[in-house]
Amino acid sequence: MEPLTWTGSLGTILNPIFGIGVILFLVSVVTQSVLTFFEGPVTLQANPDGTLQSRGGLIGMLGTANKYLMLVIVGAVLAYIIIPFFMGYGQAGIVGEMAKRFLPVWVALVALFAISIHYKRRLGLYGKLFDSTVGMIGFGLVMFWVFTAFFFGVFDWIATHDYLSQVSGLKNKVPGVPVPEGTTGVLPHYLLGGDNLARDVFSRMVAGSTFVIAIAPLATVFAFMVGITLGLPAGYYAGRLDTILSFLANLILAFPVILLFYLLVTPEIVLTGIPSYMAAFLFFFPLIFFFVLLNSRYYTQPAKRTAIMIPVLGILGWLYLSVINQRGTVINFLPPWLDGFDITVLVVFVSVVFVNAPTVFRIVRGLTLDLRTRDYVAAAQTRGEGAWYIMLWEILPNARGPLIVDFCLRIGYTTILLGTLGFFGLGLPPESPDWGSTINEGRKLLLVFAHPALPPAIALMSLVLGLNLLADGLREESLRD
Amino acid sequence: MGLFILRRFGVMILTALCLTFIVFWLTNLAPNLEKLAKTQGNARMSDEAVQTWLGNRGYLQPLPIKYGQWLGVVPGYVIEGTDGEVRGRCIDPRRPDDETPRFCGILQGDWGFSTVAKEDVSEVLPTRLANTGKLMFWVMVVMVPGALIVGVLAGMREGSRTDRTLSTASIVSTATPEYVSGVVFIALFATSAFGMQWFKGSASSAVQDATFENFFLPVMTIALYGMGYIARMTRASMAEVMTAQYIRTARLKGVSFPKIVLKHALRNALIAPFTVIMLQIPWLLNGVVIVETLFTYQGFGWELVRAASNNDIEMLLGVSVISVFVVLLTQLISDIGYVFLNPRIRIS
Repeated sequence: MEPLTWTGSLGTILNPIFGIGVILFLVSVVTQSVLTFFEGPVTLQANPDGTLQSRGGLIGMLGTANKYLMLVIVGAVLAYIIIPFFMGYGQAGIVGEMAKRFLPVWVALVALFAISIHYKRRLGLYGKLFDSTVGMIGFGLVMFWVFTAFFFGVFDWIATHDYLSQVSGLKNKVPGVPVPEGTTGVLPHYLLGGDNLARDVFSRMVAGSTFVIAIAPLATVFAFMVGITLGLPAGYYAGRLDTILSFLANLILAFPVILLFYLLVTPEIVLTGIPSYMAAFLFFFPLIFFFVLLNSRYYTQPAKRTAIMIPVLGILGWLYLSVINQRGTVINFLPPWLDGFDITVLVVFVSVVFVNAPTVFRIVRGLTLDLRTRDYVAAAQTRGEGAWYIMLWEILPNARGPLIVDFCLRIGYTTILLGTLGFFGLGLPPESPDWGSTINEGRKLLLVFAHPALPPAIALMSLVLGLNLLADGLREESLRD
Repeated sequence: MGLFILRRFGVMILTALCLTFIVFWLTNLAPNLEKLAKTQGNARMSDEAVQTWLGNRGYLQPLPIKYGQWLGVVPGYVIEGTDGEVRGRCIDPRRPDDETPRFCGILQGDWGFSTVAKEDVSEVLPTRLANTGKLMFWVMVVMVPGALIVGVLAGMREGSRTDRTLSTASIVSTATPEYVSGVVFIALFATSAFGMQWFKGSASSAVQDATFENFFLPVMTIALYGMGYIARMTRASMAEVMTAQYIRTARLKGVSFPKIVLKHALRNALIAPFTVIMLQIPWLLNGVVIVETLFTYQGFGWELVRAASNNDIEMLLGVSVISVFVVLLTQLISDIGYVFLNPRIRIS
């Protein structure tokens, strides 16, 4: 088997087009930015038929050029992805084969975007996202990784080799290296080369996405539950409760995050059972949250309340007990048939929630302090509504805009934190494929072999970038109404 | 104002006490002490040997007493060990026995002994802090003016092409954590893989003499991550100022655009970023730990990682005291500075 080149025969035509397009585009954007900086205020002139006159001069010309160059670049990228499907194996190089491996993701993305854009007027804030280019790019990046994680985690697609198996002779080999005869795997090549233990870098990157996508949003949800349950009363009642809770939140925030991780996420601390107790404490907040949420709404209709409450709290309670109950730790009292599942990385999960919750608390508290002076809260108080009803059903829905935006940003931050934990080799098994650990492994030989560290680094960056762009788009669209 | 600062100071001391107590408690948990005994003494010690080793060195006293001794409000222990040797917290072989003080905690200026560096914490930390100070100085020199210029240029004409380009660049920079940008920089500029081997991938020689070649990459790695955030805050504040009434008045008077920006808008737009920059400093501390580990630069963050991975209790406590004070002091400075910069706020 021949080693693969980066773009194969496809590259002879596309590479120059793409390269020149990108360079011209960058030059044109920079000149345009510099020029607009010096020009006077823009006056738009209307034509007799109501359309706007095109802006003449150099800036106007550059604007038109930008548009076409952008089209060329997007076209080239699409060509890189689409044309390989009509070529034989290996002819389109590494890029082409990777594009082929991601086929299920492309199909899912196209379907999702087509449906969402078609129905965007009926979909509320989510639909409005498709009015902003930035938001769409961000959403696309995020969903790319979500689908990748899903298809790998559920169907074991996309990855080409087992992400744990080592193939002798492929240690630190460059991208596109052929694997020896008789190796199990879908493709006869390591697309992005081998790492220092001769494992496939591409498959490890794909496998790592499942870890991040499974943990980061869930940890953020828990942090929000804790932050909201404590932040609402602190902001609403203010006074002594607020002082105490804010002091505690500031206490946690004054810790350098990495010191906290080093203190909490070590095998010795796991032995003492502190993470298990912290999990038992932190994960109780969703239960409180849903109990109060439903109780404040339906306490005037006890029969209905009980009917709703029993299944909801029953399921949540079982989930809670299954999560905190871990074999081999201090909290282990459930009989095995009742213990639904064990989270292997509980300590990582707990510490990430613990670090994020105080910030969410501060945001919710600030929003509540602002919103409780509104007229509708005074009206609710005059009607005699309960404090928790006002907090959860009057104030919280009105604080949703900033909270949704922060939720997106915070998933990105949680991803960065998970990467940091992996980077310092804390709390995760050494063979774990998550991006932080892979970067950490790759950096040890970075000066000699750069290729094992770069794919996970770029993957992590693109996911966080997608989340930030998504948050930006959401903020723009939610400010518009 | 005086009362305000005094109260903030009180809260600060209380926070520092709570935090150091938490660190003290976590590092003094039984499994951690056992690890300490095995790394310091003998890796194959039996459980009884571990207990005597710890008992002889005062680690088995009740937690509040140990904490008091470290703090310097409880007399240091003097224990005659099972091996007949007398050990005491305050006994220093370099000092004659009759001069041994009763109290020797952090209040007396005794930061304790680092079990890993085999030196006094008060001798190790200042050199490490000086190294990190050097790094932070250059980070600030690059980051603050860069971020302010980018933010002001972007916020000056909201929605223009300049704004769009610069805002996108700032989002990209906030989305790139240090361990990603550091790795990418090293791969691009310090290896021969891309033909641009301009810088060094390690900054260990920068401790003695920092050159452009060995110091540029670590400085840029930290600066980039913080830059985007400050730039976005500056942009938001600048954009808000540019819509204010007095800017419109100046425009209607016929003042030229550069003059409006420089004389009327800039000063008011820089109040908010000042707070953000001050609050960014503790956040940079994380970046410092990552970058110093990645580039093997022997500063404060590097020491933190070394102390934490070896359970070097007193070094870890020293590190946390310093970082807690950095965090709290910057908060205080940002509050006070905000009051001074913004004439509309008065604290009575």
